[in-house]
Amino acid sequence: MERYKDKLKELYVFLKIHYLLDKIKPYRYKYKGILKSALPFLFMLPFFIMIAVMWFAPVIMTTYMAFTKTQWTITNMRFIGLQNFIRIFTRDIYVTRTIYVTVLYVSTVLMINAFFSLVLAIFTTYFIKRETIAIPIRLAWLIPRITPAVIYALLWRWFIDPKIGLLNSMLEFLGIPAPRDWLLTAPYSQILMIVVNGYVGASFGMIIYSAAITSIPTDILHAAMADGATDLQICRHIIIPLLKWPIFFVTAWQCLSLISSYEHILALWAGAGVARAAEVEVWALYAYSKAFYASEYGYGAALSLFLVIIGIIFILIFFKVFGFERMMQPSRVEV
Amino acid sequence: MSMSHEHKYKAAIRKAKIMNFIKYLIVYSVLLVPLIPIISMVIWLVVQSFSEGPTSGLIPRGFTLENFRFLWHPIRFGLSEYPNIWPIVANSLILAFGTMAFDVPVSALAGYALSRMKFRGRVATMKLIVALHAFPGVILLIALFYILNRLGLYGKGILTLIGVALVKAGLSIPMNTWILKGFFDGIPWELEWAAMVDGCSRFQTWRKILLPVIAPGISAVAIFSFMGGWGEFLLAYTYIKRREFYPISVFLYSVIGEFVFVDWGLLAAVALFYMIPIIAFYGLVQRTLLKLQLVGAVKG
Repeated sequence: MERYKDKLKELYVFLKIHYLLDKIKPYRYKYKGILKSALPFLFMLPFFIMIAVMWFAPVIMTTYMAFTKTQWTITNMRFIGLQNFIRIFTRDIYVTRTIYVTVLYVSTVLMINAFFSLVLAIFTTYFIKRETIAIPIRLAWLIPRITPAVIYALLWRWFIDPKIGLLNSMLEFLGIPAPRDWLLTAPYSQILMIVVNGYVGASFGMIIYSAAITSIPTDILHAAMADGATDLQICRHIIIPLLKWPIFFVTAWQCLSLISSYEHILALWAGAGVARAAEVEVWALYAYSKAFYASEYGYGAALSLFLVIIGIIFILIFFKVFGFERMMQPSRVEV
Repeated sequence: MSMSHEHKYKAAIRKAKIMNFIKYLIVYSVLLVPLIPIISMVIWLVVQSFSEGPTSGLIPRGFTLENFRFLWHPIRFGLSEYPNIWPIVANSLILAFGTMAFDVPVSALAGYALSRMKFRGRVATMKLIVALHAFPGVILLIALFYILNRLGLYGKGILTLIGVALVKAGLSIPMNTWILKGFFDGIPWELEWAAMVDGCSRFQTWRKILLPVIAPGISAVAIFSFMGGWGEFLLAYTYIKRREFYPISVFLYSVIGEFVFVDWGLLAAVALFYMIPIIAFYGLVQRTLLKLQLVGAVKG
């Protein structure tokens, strides 16, 4: 009898719970429905806030500040219409030289980043097939990229030092006349700028290209070899055509990032004034130095507005030409 | 087979061998000769930091630990003197951990939502992420300076460091969200269903089931953002004006800028010290680094 009582009690509790649950069911579902549709946005909320504050607001502020005179302190803004742009195009004596340096910088470093990196990738995948040799070489090429900019600058400072550095003694050993000062005399400083940034950028293309080359089915390459194709022919007629999209992608991507990069120049020349004297001041660095060295924030914003616009145009082109998928998987090869 | 045939055959083999040798000579010299400066710089950094006085080429002048005296003595560089290196190290650590603390939770939440939930604007958000990743954040530094001012994070000492970490995290969040979305995508749905059938809420599922599974992904992103904060120079240099809040990178930069007196040994020792976490990390993940399909976890 006791046992049945217990069972009944259990059953009663069970039924009561379910009765109650049934009663609140409509409310529960209603509540759940709201929660369900709101939940993804709750998850995304911190992300959206960060993006709004750190990306959208700065883009809008750059645009607005470009039309203001903001000097000495950044909160001291006065709307002056197109004055900054008139100044850029008519009165600023540094603009033409900055454009020249920027074009020189982007075009030459881009050659290294997009094409020399292709050579690196083909050599470390197609020619050197043993991974135990190829991977250390590729890792060594990554050193300039993973070294913090300041340390990288310090290392170059030593390397080019006329007294204790290695470069000039190496050049003397080879019988090439070495300049006294690599850092400050114009053609040499520009060569230095190209080389220093070239090393940093070369590994980006190398990684993407090598992933692409290793994903080429080997039977294609074997078939070509069986037909008697030389290595050069295989590179020219099989690998490079298959890598058309990755090459295109790396070139466009690096072009945009070179136009806007100045960290390594700033770090190596230790100050924008020195960089200007050495004629290595690219557009992005000029905008930076106008704002943070001369405290002309409005004018700096006007200069960087050009870069923002270039960036947006590039991104639109990216989406148009590459599409969404290819942008996230740039080393995919379609055979 | 006649003698002449055999001779021809051998000559052909010899020729092929020579051609092969030349081919690999070209390959290796193109790959390795440009690396000479880089490798010699790395060797120099190590040699110089243990050498008394500047090295001649790569050959040290004696052996000393004196260059590492900055770890326990006041440091004097040119005109400026620092009582101790450790506050500077602490600043770098605040920057690195701060970046990590802002970066990881935000991208973990967003990455999960993008991978698992259906909502309006999901595809648009993913496109936005890709666009932001391509967009060079460094050109926004002037406007970001205004925003830091507006948030009251400029010129406030330690708060400025936090502000720099916030900006750094904000600039790297799109990429990290994308990486973590990829990790979430790799987890089978069944795992979550099982948890939800057992009565877990969505949040509990995320906290108790998914997070442990994607722990490797989370730690990868955590370490990447830590390294980003540790190595950060430009933002810190631009926004931090007071010496006592310099991280190591800005400290080193200010020293390099002072031409008055260069103690190469001390400089190399500090640089080597600064590199320790980076060397350790890249030593651990070198292989994954090369296979990294993410479009430059470090921007090009």
